[in-house]
Amino acid sequence: MTKKLYISALALSAAMSASAAMAEELNVVCSNEQTWCDLMAQNFEAATGIDVAMVRKSTGEVLAQLRAEKGNPKVDVWWGGTGDPHIIAANEGLTQATGVDVSGLLGWAQNMTNMTGGKAVGVHVGLLGFIYNTEVLAEKNLPVPACWRDLAKPDYKGEIQVANPNSSGTAYTELATLVQLFGEDEAFKLLAEIGANVNQYTKSGSAPGKATARGETTIGIGFMHDMVKLKKEGFPVEIVAPCEGTGYELGAVSVVEGTPHLEQAKKWVEYVISAEGQSPGLEVGVYNIPSNPGAATDPEAPDMASVKLIDYDFATYGASDTRERLLARWEKDVKGAGGAIEE
Amino acid sequence: MTRTARLWSLVGLAGFILLPWYMVPGGFLSFGWMADPAGEGASGLTSVLEGRFWLSGPGLALLAALAAGSLLKDAQARAKAWVICGIAGLALLAAQGLLILGTGPRLAMLGDAAQPGMGLGAFVTALALLFVTTTGISARGQGRGDAFVTGLVGLIVALVGVFVFYPMAFILIRAFELKGGAGFGVSEFLPRFLSSETWSLACLAGGWCGPAINSLALALATGLGTTLLGLSFALIFTRTDFAAKKLLRVLTILPIITPPFVIGLALILLFGRAGTITEFLHWAFGMEKTRWLYGFWGVWLAQMLSFTPIAFLVLIGVVEGISPSMEEASQTLDADRWQTFRRVSLPLMRPGLANAFLLGFIESLADFGNPLVLGGNFNVLSTEIYFAIVGTVADPAKAAILSMILLAMTLGAFLVQRRWLGRKSYATVTGKADNGQHASLNPGLKWACYATALPWAAFTLVLYALIVFGSFVKLWGYNHSFTLAHYKQAFAISFRNGVHFTGAAWDSYFSTLGIAAISAPLTAMVGLATAYLLVRQKFAGKDAFEFSTMLSFAIPGTVIGVAYVMAFNFPPIELTGTAIILILVFVFRNMPVGVRGGIAAMSQLDKSLDEASIMLGANSFTTLRRVILPLLGPAILAAITYSFVRAITSVSAVIFLVSARHNMATSFIVGRVENNEFGIAIAYSTVLIVTMLAAILALQAVIGRRRLRRSDRVAA
Repeated sequence: MTKKLYISALALSAAMSASAAMAEELNVVCSNEQTWCDLMAQNFEAATGIDVAMVRKSTGEVLAQLRAEKGNPKVDVWWGGTGDPHIIAANEGLTQATGVDVSGLLGWAQNMTNMTGGKAVGVHVGLLGFIYNTEVLAEKNLPVPACWRDLAKPDYKGEIQVANPNSSGTAYTELATLVQLFGEDEAFKLLAEIGANVNQYTKSGSAPGKATARGETTIGIGFMHDMVKLKKEGFPVEIVAPCEGTGYELGAVSVVEGTPHLEQAKKWVEYVISAEGQSPGLEVGVYNIPSNPGAATDPEAPDMASVKLIDYDFATYGASDTRERLLARWEKDVKGAGGAIEE
Repeated sequence: MTRTARLWSLVGLAGFILLPWYMVPGGFLSFGWMADPAGEGASGLTSVLEGRFWLSGPGLALLAALAAGSLLKDAQARAKAWVICGIAGLALLAAQGLLILGTGPRLAMLGDAAQPGMGLGAFVTALALLFVTTTGISARGQGRGDAFVTGLVGLIVALVGVFVFYPMAFILIRAFELKGGAGFGVSEFLPRFLSSETWSLACLAGGWCGPAINSLALALATGLGTTLLGLSFALIFTRTDFAAKKLLRVLTILPIITPPFVIGLALILLFGRAGTITEFLHWAFGMEKTRWLYGFWGVWLAQMLSFTPIAFLVLIGVVEGISPSMEEASQTLDADRWQTFRRVSLPLMRPGLANAFLLGFIESLADFGNPLVLGGNFNVLSTEIYFAIVGTVADPAKAAILSMILLAMTLGAFLVQRRWLGRKSYATVTGKADNGQHASLNPGLKWACYATALPWAAFTLVLYALIVFGSFVKLWGYNHSFTLAHYKQAFAISFRNGVHFTGAAWDSYFSTLGIAAISAPLTAMVGLATAYLLVRQKFAGKDAFEFSTMLSFAIPGTVIGVAYVMAFNFPPIELTGTAIILILVFVFRNMPVGVRGGIAAMSQLDKSLDEASIMLGANSFTTLRRVILPLLGPAILAAITYSFVRAITSVSAVIFLVSARHNMATSFIVGRVENNEFGIAIAYSTVLIVTMLAAILALQAVIGRRRLRRSDRVAA
């Protein structure tokens, strides 16, 4: 046993030293979908010759890790995922300004950069909407929902699924969107009414869409680009952009404060905001809106011109104190009010 | 004794003088440090000469121990000197590490001294100081004067201290953090610990219970259920002439080698509102399609599937080990088969039952994947803790407090188990002539076992057929046309200019297997050594020692992961981003299974075996190696198998520890599941399952069956 152990230890350390011997390297933590992460890393390596080591983690996990590693980070760049945690990381000094030129990007991406003092750069926008399963809807003989207010109809009792804003950034975006659309008191009243129809508050933001696709629930609330992907995969679903207007997330890329690979990290940021870097997303089913106006988009994907959008106030609703207040109120007024939730 | 102490002093000094004291970039075995003896390869001695005076303490302590061994004539004085030198050296070593960090010292009087993380030289020095201390302690008469025993106790205490308590301190201290960054205090701790949200019993009145109550209920149900099912399987194996034992054996192993989320996913496809069986019942009997799966029963079902094999692995060794002589004696005294089972066999199985229950209970408490997929609105502590750390509002204090509740429950279960076992003896393997036959089960019991275990086995079989099926179809549940695309995407190999592993999964596959293969034997060694100490040796503080080895198992993986990052990201011990941290987390997280299994198996071995060996002149190390270990085949197998498998399938602990260079299979699979790419996730899982199955069968062939008596036949 000792001999075997020794050999494997030897092999392992040989592998470790081999990877450390590489000259130019970059450690990327990616919060996008795995295929998109892999493809971007591959393209970047081909374009720059820099060796990329990549790992995929959700935004909450990355934020927790960056906080724990503060002062001696083990990752250089954080790419993708909703913008709120990037903004929090920027405010806590976990990421740094890079001075990358963003003048060629769309307006909202530049806003993101200005809001964080250049620490987070916008890479994509994802619009909020809902999805319904056509088969189940027909079977249950329910009307097609078109607006946020439709979801409050008693017809849908026990048919709607949405994530819990305490664990999911997607659901928090929905909460903040309704508050901005209807005003705070009205929004919580509506949320409580919708809550009466909700069968489960899921932990992950993308779970309601998937459950809808598989017929586990009839209607799900989430980001529309995820839903386009489900539809293209062949599930019997339709996507709805709410008639009152909707909010959106702002995906971002940030360079970690204290990275030893600042030059390479900058190159990464420049690459992921270039049209050349963003266009290949379509190959792997990324249907959100890229921040570079030159990047290719899919005709079926939602675009900002055809959907009624609110002017989402990231500075206010991304701030920790607003968050804590709204979430506490949600816990009391919406979840506490109960509904069709099963035991 | 003097030789041992002198040997360790010399080894330590050699480490201090020759090996690089600090972490070497590129790893020790790259040997790049040899070319640079003054810079990164600087040994402890060189560093002292270069002005890092604080490193001289440990070296001087070793020198003093060596001198004491040769100069002092009185044995007691010598022993005392060793203890003093060893402890002083260790204290100085720890103090300099904790005070002088990578960015500068904590105390202003030390100027601007800074140092990187400790490396191999420091490790060897610390080890030598530890063994000098323990040798001194045993020379003073502790541990029956056995240097091996005290050394082992010292080593395990040190390892558990550094790799369990030290990181846990980082996270548990946050339980006392005051809101708004106002420092630390106890004023908010108790109200939050006992908060009604956590302990709510509202579900009895139709509302929702708190996560603590939910976790407790679930853990009790899972612990009881898995123990009963595990016992049924173990009895079928050892006490019946059931024909397809081989197939059953594979089926009982399958669930533990299944990556997380896969069982939950398969259950949804069968029993979800749109699941196959639900649809069938709706079509055939007009039963309403409900979402019953999302809640207590769904999680319980998934946990039963996942954890029954653990109970089985613990129980099979114990049931097998019960001496047939006792059963024969019982029958000779005119007891029927049921009475024999009830009055003789079952009581002798108590250590197995208790340990199986404890494992099931703790596994269920710490389980994270199943409640996440199937929990619905049924919240348990482990998921609450995860979202307290990674949720939209991070609340480390809440995570720490909930972790403490979890620990309290584990402690409770542990104490109850101890009470139940009491101080009875369960030794049945005595080394005396023991050539009987196991009593077979009476028909009632036999059919009861068949009735519980066989449908369960069939259910498992269906589930796994479904999983394999899912990996070969385009879109599981909707488009069932055959495809190999998922396997190609994950495991493609191209043969242009040699062999290239181009599939997306190869990197994580190789690093997962490598890390699992290294950590499994280490886990088994640490676990069984601990079990040996607990069962066979007497020393002060044994109960506390036993509980401390259980701790890491009870703490949810997420907490362990974050604690490891916080503790081992900075000097004195800087390990994040390496493969070593993954190996360590697996060894110390899975060690309790080795401990429990080892304890259960060893309590059956009569002490007279050890005593005979000792009387024949063997020391305790030889006794362990030549007498006890060969009789522990199943326990060793269980420990190695289990830790190998857990290293491949555990997810929550590694999420924070995987780095870009060392990714793990599960984190890859979870990413795919989140992305709705079930096809590739299941294809990867299938490959992992096949890999693990092959490894387990190979292990079984190598370690083989122990021969307790001339035949293990069952009486007809």
